[in-house]
Amino acid sequence: MAIVVKRPKLKWWEQLYLPGIIKGLGITLRHFFKSVGGSGSVTMQYPEEKWNDHLPEHYRGAPALVTDEQDRERCVSCQLCEFICPPRAITIIPEEIPSDDQWAKVEKRPKKFEIDMIRCIYCGLCEEVCPEQAIYLRKDYSITGLTRGEMVHDKEKLYEIGGKRVGLVNKWNELK
Amino acid sequence: MDWTFLVISVVKIIGLVFLTILPMVAYSVWAERRVSAAIQDRVGPNRVGFAGLLQPMADGLKFILKEDLTPGHVRKFYYWLAPALTMVPALLTCAVLPFGSRMFGEKMVIADLDVGPLFVFAIASLSVYGIVLAGWASNSKYPFFGGVRSTSQMISYEISLGLSIVPLLMIFGTLNLGEIVQYQAKNGWTLLPLWGEGLSLQGMLLAIPMLISFVIFTTSVFAETNRLPFDLPECETELVAGYHTEYSSMKFALFFLGEYAAMIIGSGLAVTLFLGGWSLPFGWLAPDSTTAEVPWWHGLIHIGVFFAKVIAFILFFIWVRWSLPRFRYDQLMRLGWVFFFEIAVANVVLTAVIMMFFK
Repeated sequence: MAIVVKRPKLKWWEQLYLPGIIKGLGITLRHFFKSVGGSGSVTMQYPEEKWNDHLPEHYRGAPALVTDEQDRERCVSCQLCEFICPPRAITIIPEEIPSDDQWAKVEKRPKKFEIDMIRCIYCGLCEEVCPEQAIYLRKDYSITGLTRGEMVHDKEKLYEIGGKRVGLVNKWNELK
Repeated sequence: MDWTFLVISVVKIIGLVFLTILPMVAYSVWAERRVSAAIQDRVGPNRVGFAGLLQPMADGLKFILKEDLTPGHVRKFYYWLAPALTMVPALLTCAVLPFGSRMFGEKMVIADLDVGPLFVFAIASLSVYGIVLAGWASNSKYPFFGGVRSTSQMISYEISLGLSIVPLLMIFGTLNLGEIVQYQAKNGWTLLPLWGEGLSLQGMLLAIPMLISFVIFTTSVFAETNRLPFDLPECETELVAGYHTEYSSMKFALFFLGEYAAMIIGSGLAVTLFLGGWSLPFGWLAPDSTTAEVPWWHGLIHIGVFFAKVIAFILFFIWVRWSLPRFRYDQLMRLGWVFFFEIAVANVVLTAVIMMFFK
């Protein structure tokens, strides 16, 4: 069924356009006074006023490694994140945990864990794929540096950002 | 050669053009950005200096320091000539604007010509050459379109611009802008005839054609200065940047400043013709004639009033820019030739009839 679009028949004063123009000017004037009065503007004065408190729960910022309640590094160096990382930003060199260590039964830990933040696209696949709940995307968004080297986050830096996270599943100890 | 006349003229030129109009041009760019931001619920430039007041200086510095690139495919001579041709006429026209009554026995106008509005139209129409040459010399398709559009637009709207002030000249009986303002100071502004001779039946009735004239004149000034509802020569969405696409650095800035200078002069002319120029409403502090002595502080108030009105008019320009969408090109031509031209001619007749039958 064909729909016939009704064309409105304009009255003569509507065809003059002047009332419409004046109405439009009124709208812009209202916005102007609202902004000048200080209530209308939605701009965030960025460097002074940060995003920190305004970020939504699901925000994906810089990825970071976390430790558990007993300060054990959760990462077991399975390298799943390294392999799934679309821009290949993650580099892991695994290392065997010596048999006299408290956590010898975990067997592996990362010797080197680096994320190149120039490459990282904040997709969150590393967090998604991690079987150990060891890597999380935090709300840090302003990752800057003066050299390429500074932009590579090494293991210390990653733990510094990630910190300790409690209340996760504990596979390797009696806490469970 | 009279040396005092020469010195006084130079002082007036430096005072008006270099110390008033050019800073106003810079600050109207700032005002444009701040006001448009406020209208769009943004903040606008507020970092450089207090409330961003030093932004024009920063912009100017940037324009000067940028690389001045002349593309290889342009006609060099005309390419270099065009920016000057837009800036110079815009500044020349302020010679005849009376920006105050009298101070220290001197008329506050650079050149007290008896053909004021005609001089302005004659010089202002030269600025179309700047745009056309820029478009043509750039040897590139978008500037070319911009130049061609600008030509036909400016030629079309000059007709209604000229015709719209004919009724005014019939009422004032003079083309001297100083005398026009003096008449308005004594007998009511063109759009506000509430004192002096304006209070008669004829004066009241004449306000109707004057209002029509004002609408046509203002709209045509918008079209002449390439301001937004009519900014087809440079409309960003269609033509990249129009006639100044190939320009960079200070040459681009000259086009920009020329546009704003033309806007200020257009505002000045509209204020002078329709809103009583430097005169205060209801005949306050109005001198008796153009040759009467005025205390210096009256003169100062008059200058202040003139620039206050001009600034208000510039804000109106900006306000309209952020309220109305751009015209389509055929609508623009239709508006100019089919409506404004006819209405302006009919308006002349209407004024003549009112002047004859309601003495």
